Amino acid sequence: MSSVSGVTGEEREDLSRAESREIRRRSRRLLLELLRPMHGRLWLTFVVVVTATAAQVVGPALIAFGVDQGVPALADGDPVPLVLAGAGFLLSSLLGAVLIGWFRILQAKISQDVLFDLRRRVFTHTQRLSLDFHESYTSGRIISRQTSDLDSIRELLDEGIGNLISGGFYMAFTAVALVLLDAPSGLVLAVAILPLAGLVRWFQVRSQRLFRATRVTSARVIVQFVETMTGIRAVKAFRKEERNRETFGRLVEDHRAANARVFRLFGTFDPGLVLIGNLTVAAVLLVGGMRVAGGELAIGVLLAVLLYVRRFFDPMEEVAMFYNGYQSASAALEKISGVLEERPTVADPAAPVALRAARGAVRFQGVEFGYRNGKVVLPRFDLEIPAGQTIALVGSTGAGKSTLAKLLSRFYDPTAGAVLLDGVDLRELHPKDLRRAIVMVTQEAYLFSGTVAENIALGRPEATREEIVRASQAVGAHEFISRLPHGYDTDVNKRGGRVSAGQRQLLSFARAFLADPSVLILDEATASLDIPSERAVQDALQTLLADRTAVIIAHRLSTVAIADRVLVMERGRIVEDGTPADLIAGEGRFASLHAAWRDSLV
Amino acid sequence: MSAERLSTGRALARLLPFVRPALPRLIGGIVAGLLAGLVALAIPQVLQVLVDSALQEGDSSAVLPAVLVIVGLGVFEAVAILVRRWLVLTPNTRVEASMRNALYAKLQALPVAFHDRWPSGQLLSRAVSDLNLIRRWLAFGVVLLVVNGVTVIVGAVLLFGINPLLGAVFLASALPIWIVAMRFEKRYSRAARRSQDQAGDLATAVEESVHGIRVLKAFGRGPHALRKFERQAEELYGTEMEKARAIAFIWRWLTLIPDGTLAVCLVVGAVLAAQGALTPGELVAFFATATVLRFPIESIGFLLAFTLDARNATDRYFEVLSEPVTISDPEDPENIADPRGRLEFRGTRFRYPDAAAGTPDLLDGVDLVLEPGETVALVGLTGSGKSTLTALPSRLYEVTGGAVVLDGVDVRRLRLAELRRHIAMAFEDATLFSDTVRENVLLGSEDRSEETLAEALEVAQAHFAYELPDGVETVIGEEGLSLSGGQRQRLALARAVAAKPSVLILDDPLSALDVETEELVEAALRRVLASTTALVVAHRPSTVMLADRVAVLEDGRITAVGRHSELLATNEHYRFVISSLEDDDELDDEDARDAESGERDGDRDETSRRAEVSA
Repeated sequence: MSSVSGVTGEEREDLSRAESREIRRRSRRLLLELLRPMHGRLWLTFVVVVTATAAQVVGPALIAFGVDQGVPALADGDPVPLVLAGAGFLLSSLLGAVLIGWFRILQAKISQDVLFDLRRRVFTHTQRLSLDFHESYTSGRIISRQTSDLDSIRELLDEGIGNLISGGFYMAFTAVALVLLDAPSGLVLAVAILPLAGLVRWFQVRSQRLFRATRVTSARVIVQFVETMTGIRAVKAFRKEERNRETFGRLVEDHRAANARVFRLFGTFDPGLVLIGNLTVAAVLLVGGMRVAGGELAIGVLLAVLLYVRRFFDPMEEVAMFYNGYQSASAALEKISGVLEERPTVADPAAPVALRAARGAVRFQGVEFGYRNGKVVLPRFDLEIPAGQTIALVGSTGAGKSTLAKLLSRFYDPTAGAVLLDGVDLRELHPKDLRRAIVMVTQEAYLFSGTVAENIALGRPEATREEIVRASQAVGAHEFISRLPHGYDTDVNKRGGRVSAGQRQLLSFARAFLADPSVLILDEATASLDIPSERAVQDALQTLLADRTAVIIAHRLSTVAIADRVLVMERGRIVEDGTPADLIAGEGRFASLHAAWRDSLV
Repeated sequence: MSAERLSTGRALARLLPFVRPALPRLIGGIVAGLLAGLVALAIPQVLQVLVDSALQEGDSSAVLPAVLVIVGLGVFEAVAILVRRWLVLTPNTRVEASMRNALYAKLQALPVAFHDRWPSGQLLSRAVSDLNLIRRWLAFGVVLLVVNGVTVIVGAVLLFGINPLLGAVFLASALPIWIVAMRFEKRYSRAARRSQDQAGDLATAVEESVHGIRVLKAFGRGPHALRKFERQAEELYGTEMEKARAIAFIWRWLTLIPDGTLAVCLVVGAVLAAQGALTPGELVAFFATATVLRFPIESIGFLLAFTLDARNATDRYFEVLSEPVTISDPEDPENIADPRGRLEFRGTRFRYPDAAAGTPDLLDGVDLVLEPGETVALVGLTGSGKSTLTALPSRLYEVTGGAVVLDGVDVRRLRLAELRRHIAMAFEDATLFSDTVRENVLLGSEDRSEETLAEALEVAQAHFAYELPDGVETVIGEEGLSLSGGQRQRLALARAVAAKPSVLILDDPLSALDVETEELVEAALRRVLASTTALVVAHRPSTVMLADRVAVLEDGRITAVGRHSELLATNEHYRFVISSLEDDDELDDEDARDAESGERDGDRDETSRRAEVSA
């Protein structure tokens, strides 16, 4: 694994030459992959834009022809050259117009196809990446990969590349036409290219630095803004508005100043281009005018040359701008390619084993778990849970309870040994069967935008409304759902702020109930419930857990009563294992925990 | 959005108040831009003179002066553009900054109810991308619109001057261009607004797929989420292609019409020249001028799209800025001369604006008095409106009936700053800001001394703050150190305590703490509560113990007030909510059994009573 593979080194600024080369190679590979399927269309687009540009460039030459040949010929009574020139002009402009329209659509289609493919890839890949990746790579970063980074690629694809190609060819064709019409004028243009290249180079070097500065200042504005809006209650309650205004005003001013510096650069670059262009026109006029006066050059040709020179500078600004778009888009693509290079540590099996109806017998066989850095969380252990048994997992924070639960639900894979369901290694189980058989409910009960019913149906998308209602009734959520403005069809987002934490947990219980797994894992899933709700949930659990395997983690010892067996964990080891009654009667850790809990009730 | 859409001009005119300070320089910029445009038009005139007067006769001596004139004009054009840029750009960044600050100030002033409705992503896109677009439009769109417009008109007049017939041909092309532009506006503006909204929805889908990743994984619903995402992405794809087709349409015509006109002009001009009605110099000047006009005409499509985008951005901006601030300082505020902390809910009613018609108010006439120094626990079912009630005294939400009275003054008669100085809150979800621990804790304090800080951290048992890498100067939050839920909750509690308010409102302040820490915090908190009026939302018996009295919230009213033990004995609903014993029969059973044997209670209580195992 190299020092910059995946997302490592994403925030580093001191990349070595070899490292940046590797990153560039990676993102280029991604780009080629994205473009490969539209190979044919790309060539078509290329031909279209080149032809369209060529058609536009012909114009002045035809004017020259018309003026120099058509006028005298017409004066002699021969309309043919003029008609040719006029028809040619009309034809070329028609061709140019049609092709340019076509090119715009072809380009948009390619751009949208690439974006769609890329969006899909990043989204799918993000979903496939394991939890350990999501835990270390913050949500904000993965979201901005899929939003603002994709935006900058879109900008480049939508405008940048098309402008670059058509602009570049426009300039090239114009130069060629100029040389063909009148070589000395071409020479003048060649000389003018030198200061032009110098100006463009100067602009690129300076603008790159200044653009980067605007991205930094804008990120700070965004952070302050989002923090204020998400914490608006606290802002108001503690009268932070005035101070916030000052802070925000300062950040906005920094951003403004950074922007102003960029614009000042443009303010110099743009007139610089015009100046070079105008001086070139003057120089061409000097060279051409002397020869026209000397009778060596036709007036029409001089006119065409002047038109060409003037047009030559038109796309300059766009070409220079392309470089900036390219800079930010390639930075974005580099980051995206890094995310796509990450491999899920919990990978789908190559040859999945099907398990249609799991009984729910679980075995941890010589299982060991540690983090990448070598820190062992769960030392080697064996554990057998017969089908249908309900286990309460007890112990202090950091004892490894959640880790054990995550191994069982295959959010993590063990570093040694295997977790087996009905004798099948979870790593070999078909992902669909695995998720149908084992479901975990955690403390954070996340609701997706959509209706209450849709959120519950996430447990089993094909469930009927009746089944959804039954699941809600079973966990005691039906009552509050019925009181919502539109019952089960209430949009949770519209009231998202007002579905309380406890109600959210009830909904996620209903979700799990509906999923009807053979193994159910509850990790602190009742922490926010009030007492009556907890009671309802516990009643439901009594029935729900009767014929299925369950692992329950809870701070509240009340859960223990519905367990067949209690496991006490300490520093990653299972230190006690027995029926609740036996353990309470004994003198171990659980007996003292139980005593402490009894005291706290008084 | 209002049903009748403003005209684009009217919609954009709303920017005027913000643009006014920059107006002189903006006008200066337009003038400079006009000068540059006119100079560009002057160059062909020089060519005409040169061609007709000198070149025809083979007199090369006239070339050099003409070239010098053109050099002069060329330099002048460049300088004019330089001046235009420099005049316009800085003031425009100021316009953008002032609009951004105004939006931010407005959003801070808007009530919490507004923020409930608006996802922060939608607000952010207005504050960043929309304002960015408006600024660019002011810097380029407006200037180019005026400059190009005038340039085209003057150019057309010049073309008339060169030859009326050619000028007329050229001018005739304006009509089809106008028609094309109008059709484009209709097609493009519809798609543009829709694409902005769809992009927002897609971003929301991304956000949810990341924040809800555990749920999606736990149920194996990744493919489900992907299908939904793909559907939205396809919709956006369709809209973007619609935009692209509109753009292709206008590009096609804006290339064809001017070029076609030029072809006609070529034939007409050549015929005129052959008849001797037009000099070669005039012919040269005509085409040179027409070429100068090419870009201004072509730019119409781009400027139109730009203007429409700016109009949408302006609409989106003012959608927020024109929201009424429903909770603000009264016109003639009263003062609390002697803050003692007597808080009274007087027939207080509240309902959310989107509550279903026909349902009773969430708070349906709450009557409750907290005497100075008294601590009252608020107990009720999930969803009974406890958190809403706690938000009313400091006017985070406004009562919809009745009143909340602090020390004899209706809270609506007090300035917000004063009111919120008297009342400090700790919320269910502990919101901390990316700043140092010190700044976070002393956020609402007048007294910023070391003692206040230490005392507050002591009460909240947040000593861990001193052991952070930089102690209390450690930056936490967004870009700093992340804290556990329990740690955040304790800092939020410390913040409320440090404000030394006369009324303290705590919404389930100890829920994330383990039993041992909870006990320590409760002991320390009692000292503070002894002298401070406090309203404490409680979910468990241990929190209730902090209070002198308990108020039960049921069906939008306070149905009982009393001591914990009294209510436990007399109030069925209270027992249902807090004591977790299943019903009266069982309570009786239990009492009977407890009387018989104090030893046997373990198993039964475990099934029901809430407790936490200490860490």
